[in-house]
Amino acid sequence: MRIQTKTDLASLACGLTLYALLEGLILADIIPPYWQLNVIRVCIYIILATSLNLINGITGQFSIGHAGFMAIGAYMSAIMTVKLGLPFLVAILTGGLAAALLGFLIGLPTLRLSGDYLAIATLGLGEIIRITILNISYVGGASGFMGIPKYTNFTWAFLLMLFTLFFIKNFVNSTHGRACIAIRENEIAAEAMGVNTTKYKVLAFTIGAAFAGVAGALFSHNFYMAHPTSFTFMQSFDILTMVVLGGLGSMTGSIVGVIALTGISAYMADYPEIRMIIYALLLIVLMLFRPQGLFGSKEISLRIFSRLTGGERRGAAQGN
Amino acid sequence: MELNSFAQQLVQQLINGVSLGSIYSLIALGYTMVYGIIRLINFAHGDIYMLGAYVGFFCTSILGLSFFPALLAAMAVAAVTGIVIERLAYRPLRHAPKIAVLITAIGVSLLLEYGGILAVTPQPRTFPAVFPARIYTFGGIVVNSQQIVILAVALALMVLLTYIVQRTKIGRAMRAVSYDTDAARLMGINVDQVISFTFGIGSGLAAAAGVLVGIYYNSIDPLMGIMPGLKAFVAAVLGGIGIIPGAMLGGVIMGVVEALVSGFISSTFRDAAAFAILIAILLFKPSGLLGKNIREKV
Repeated sequence: MRIQTKTDLASLACGLTLYALLEGLILADIIPPYWQLNVIRVCIYIILATSLNLINGITGQFSIGHAGFMAIGAYMSAIMTVKLGLPFLVAILTGGLAAALLGFLIGLPTLRLSGDYLAIATLGLGEIIRITILNISYVGGASGFMGIPKYTNFTWAFLLMLFTLFFIKNFVNSTHGRACIAIRENEIAAEAMGVNTTKYKVLAFTIGAAFAGVAGALFSHNFYMAHPTSFTFMQSFDILTMVVLGGLGSMTGSIVGVIALTGISAYMADYPEIRMIIYALLLIVLMLFRPQGLFGSKEISLRIFSRLTGGERRGAAQGN
Repeated sequence: MELNSFAQQLVQQLINGVSLGSIYSLIALGYTMVYGIIRLINFAHGDIYMLGAYVGFFCTSILGLSFFPALLAAMAVAAVTGIVIERLAYRPLRHAPKIAVLITAIGVSLLLEYGGILAVTPQPRTFPAVFPARIYTFGGIVVNSQQIVILAVALALMVLLTYIVQRTKIGRAMRAVSYDTDAARLMGINVDQVISFTFGIGSGLAAAAGVLVGIYYNSIDPLMGIMPGLKAFVAAVLGGIGIIPGAMLGGVIMGVVEALVSGFISSTFRDAAAFAILIAILLFKPSGLLGKNIREKV
């Protein structure tokens, strides 16, 4: 069996064990309802953070309009379940596809821009999406989309999160992912080596948008409603803070970033201003003293454990 | 008659647009100068504008100062804040990757916004009327005294800025650093000092804009800087970022477009129009209206 498949299976087993453990704790009501909600939030934000990391960290295209794609997913899926009465899975897929389509259409022209300009353009596009939704009365306009059934539960959130992580991890480790990393390291050099930079930038952007849409679908079916104020650029900044905290380019870093910041905001729920000040100081201090984030672009993997379990396997790993 | 009233409304919206636009121009100048000199989008600039509005508010309502001393006080406080922010947050990152500086700028912006909420409560405050509100009517077109003050102050500040940049020694140093930082340093220019000075001037102009908005809309709040900040950035990009006359032109165009959109289409699409302009300009002429195309060299 290929090493790749082996580690995949091991990670999958770990993920499923974690799922069984948490689901057991939730069913036994050991985790109080408030923290159950936060566990679901963590899952949703991990989807958002890793998909943003694919765009920002792996491909190096600085996008800060992720909340816009999330909004598309949230509203499209709500239309599917509320207005058309379709099952949740179809709604999630439609939300993801709609966001992907939009990501593709937006990405094609805007990804010609670089650095600061791309950041501002994506921020602007996110706001345009939000303002457009605000003006469509079919989906509730400024008062929000009401009466969305609560379909999102821990199982949906966790399994979709697991799927996202596997998809992005394997994408990064594929030829396509290598091309994206090459673009991040040096776009001109990558192009000179024959990497079709536009294709891979748009590809990464589309995949990122798709998962943001999926997360949006989970998000709107978790809170009974979708409201345009949930998708402002503050939401994008929240996701960005999680990614940057963990380290641009590190998927496991994003997971740690999400858990840390969701934890902070859960504890500080009564003091939203102080929470934002902590976020702000965290960003500044992090950039001043550890600009690569907690993990840099490194990953924590199961190999660390295998390294700890004796020299025989280490020798085998080196042989590969 | 129908055409006549349309023309009248058009002129009215143009006047509203120009006075709003001159405020955007003042903010955009700070963006464009800072970008011109260290290639940084200073996200915190919009919040400096908010700070200026609050200093102006406290000077007039609590200290009882009249308009001009309050304006000067606001500009001075903001200039010092701008310099301090540059010194503490941006200077240590002078040689860091661009993204790191951009994220720091977002952090500083959030810090000012939510620090502001903590310090002065999120409730909007009513800016005291520092001028007797007079309304002048010229053949059906209404101009109020605030609009005249805004235009006069904005114009005066722009003339002063142009004088500083074009005619003084520090202005020449600014232009030199903006053109080529390393060469300027070799010529004996103290680059750090010039950058500090640029932040100071830019922040002062933003604060002036904040006070002017206070007397125009009569209402200020700690998050007031976000939207005008973004729009002023769009204005700077529209005119050609790094180009001072470009920022003035871009600001006025933004103001006029916004007034026309809210007057003739719907005020809810006002903000979307600003971003649509941004996307369009970035796609078709990223160097801006007054900019020149420079190819990236490997």
